[in-house]
Amino acid sequence: MTQSEKTNEMALLEIKDLHVEIDGKEILKGLDLAVDAGEVHAIMGPNGSGKSTLAYVLAGKADYAVSGGEVLFDGQNIFDLAPDERAAAGLFLAFQYPLEIPGVATMTFLRTALNAQRKRRGEAELSTPEFLKRVREVAGKLGIEPEMLRRAVNVGFSGGEKKRNEILQMALLEPRLAVLDETDSGLDIDALKIVADGVNHLRSPGRAFVVITHYQRLLNYIVPDVVHVLSRGRIVKTGGKELALELEARGYAEYQEEAVA
Amino acid sequence: MPNTRRRPWRDLVAARMVGPMNAEVAMIKTAAETALAHAYSQARTRLPGDDVIAAQREAAFALFAREGLPHRRVEEWKYTDLRALMRDAKPLASPPDAAAKARARTAGATLGDVETRRLVFVDGAFVPEISDIGALEPGLAVSSLAAALTDGDPALAAHLGRLAPSSDVAVALNTALMGDGAVIRIGASSTIERPLHLLFVASEKPAASFVRSLVVVERGARAMLIESHEGPPGSDYQVNAVLELFVGDEAHVDHVKMVAEGADALHVSTLAAAIGARARFNAFTYTSGGAVVRNQLFLNFDGEDTVAGIRGATLIKGRQHADTTLVANHIATGCQSREVFKAVLDDEAHGVFQGRIIVRPHAQKTDAKMMTQALLLSERAEADNKPELEIFADDVQCGHGATAGALDEELKFYLMARGIPAAEAEALLIRAFLGEAIEGIEHAGLREALMDAVVAWLGARR
Repeated sequence: MTQSEKTNEMALLEIKDLHVEIDGKEILKGLDLAVDAGEVHAIMGPNGSGKSTLAYVLAGKADYAVSGGEVLFDGQNIFDLAPDERAAAGLFLAFQYPLEIPGVATMTFLRTALNAQRKRRGEAELSTPEFLKRVREVAGKLGIEPEMLRRAVNVGFSGGEKKRNEILQMALLEPRLAVLDETDSGLDIDALKIVADGVNHLRSPGRAFVVITHYQRLLNYIVPDVVHVLSRGRIVKTGGKELALELEARGYAEYQEEAVA
Repeated sequence: MPNTRRRPWRDLVAARMVGPMNAEVAMIKTAAETALAHAYSQARTRLPGDDVIAAQREAAFALFAREGLPHRRVEEWKYTDLRALMRDAKPLASPPDAAAKARARTAGATLGDVETRRLVFVDGAFVPEISDIGALEPGLAVSSLAAALTDGDPALAAHLGRLAPSSDVAVALNTALMGDGAVIRIGASSTIERPLHLLFVASEKPAASFVRSLVVVERGARAMLIESHEGPPGSDYQVNAVLELFVGDEAHVDHVKMVAEGADALHVSTLAAAIGARARFNAFTYTSGGAVVRNQLFLNFDGEDTVAGIRGATLIKGRQHADTTLVANHIATGCQSREVFKAVLDDEAHGVFQGRIIVRPHAQKTDAKMMTQALLLSERAEADNKPELEIFADDVQCGHGATAGALDEELKFYLMARGIPAAEAEALLIRAFLGEAIEGIEHAGLREALMDAVVAWLGARR
């Protein structure tokens, strides 16, 4: 099935001709993307192609100005929603650089986030024992020590611990669409496997992933259904998982030229 | 780093008093100054105390008469121009009536479930019938200042006025006009488990109260002192409170002050403490109420190897003005002090922190670090932070830092990206910001009560 055929159906995420500027400079220049539930899409591209901009715009970061196009999440225009409303609707961004929040305990953060989402969806808040049980289950699978959960959010965490903490949040919040922004950066091979396992565990027919990465390596562990090449603010090529290997072998040079043409 | 160019605080004040500047500052008395002079002349013969006390009152009043109310050209009061801020002086409070006393029974709610021994003052007057003065623990002695002055308590004469800087005009006014307050003595090696709560409540009458308290904690004793000030909104009453606190060698004392005055009140309070050797001393100042608030702390580390935590949190909004001015004076060797002051300023609120650490020539091995941070929640809020070090010894570790800024938008976005609504995300970050100061309170119940007060303040923001 090709990309253009897909856009005619009701995709979980549908991005149409998206133009985004930051400080007056256009970064995304007519980006199209459709992701169906149950799929894993990889977006690969050189530095400066707009990968992180795409991730932040989807999550609702304030510094980005949308100058054209639309993004529908489950048929709803996400630009009508504040970042917290997008999260409650089932959109999750794993940050490339997870932030340290001194003074906010990880447990407080997780619980506040989970219950805020549940509340907005009209679901009952989790009791303390229910919540603790869920956190322990998920943390155990990701090799996260209980001691880490007692610390302030990401404070004193290694790069790998921060990324695992992102995956922990994702597993706990159970989003319908998770965008992973260079989650592999800064990870050694063991940490990479743990993160990939965490993602693979969550793969389900109702859930989709957009994995943003510079390198093919992560895709050995999270095998994508579709691979896109992002260059100079547009998707310039779409293919199967073999496209990632091709990029690894040949680099991005030809796509950068294509985008100019 | 040694720095001997600066002259000590008291010398500066003295220089200003006698210097040539004085001649040209022949200012016209403000309405408030005139009213204070009138109040003193009316009350002086009926204020409690013997001739010695009367002479102290006269001397203190003479200082005020000479200096007037402190104004912006007085360095220590630069950001809190009392002369401009105090439009009038209220009449001295008369003894509270039955209705005011009855209302005071429900005061002190901010403390939540913390079990305390309450000493209640209404409009500055001690009210024994609603205070817990029965079954005092061994080693604890409690009386009212008015009674102690009337009875000519010799211990009082030995301590009163020894610590509060007589050159400070606010202290001088308090000395001249002090009517009542608490006098507490905790005997050597006594442990007083139940926190002592000095609860100052203003009635609806817009009056002025001048309360003076004296607390002597003897060697090796353990006590916790809570001082809270509250009153109704809509009354522009005035409070001037001074607490002189003697902390003996090896004693362990916590002092927590909560300024929760009514929205239109003027509050000036002073903690003057002398801390002995190998003691532990913690002071916390929480300010959320009052139109104009000035918290003064004058702390002398007189004995060696004492460990102290001096902290505070201010949360103000609207057009509130709150000033915390601290002088931590390291006189003896080897003391450690940590100063952490946090302010959250919303709307057009104005927060001031002036913190001065002085290390005297003999105070080698002093370890003093001060941090002051202001969080501005509005473009129109203002923070003035003035940390200062004056170091006359050469083998010390001292440092200070000051920051002022808005909430971190990146952190807020991270929280919101996890589904936490904007207001809740801000509240989490503000609690974390203040937590660093509040966590320093050793008493768990009180720590929680203050965090609850923070949450309530944040809840009322929106």
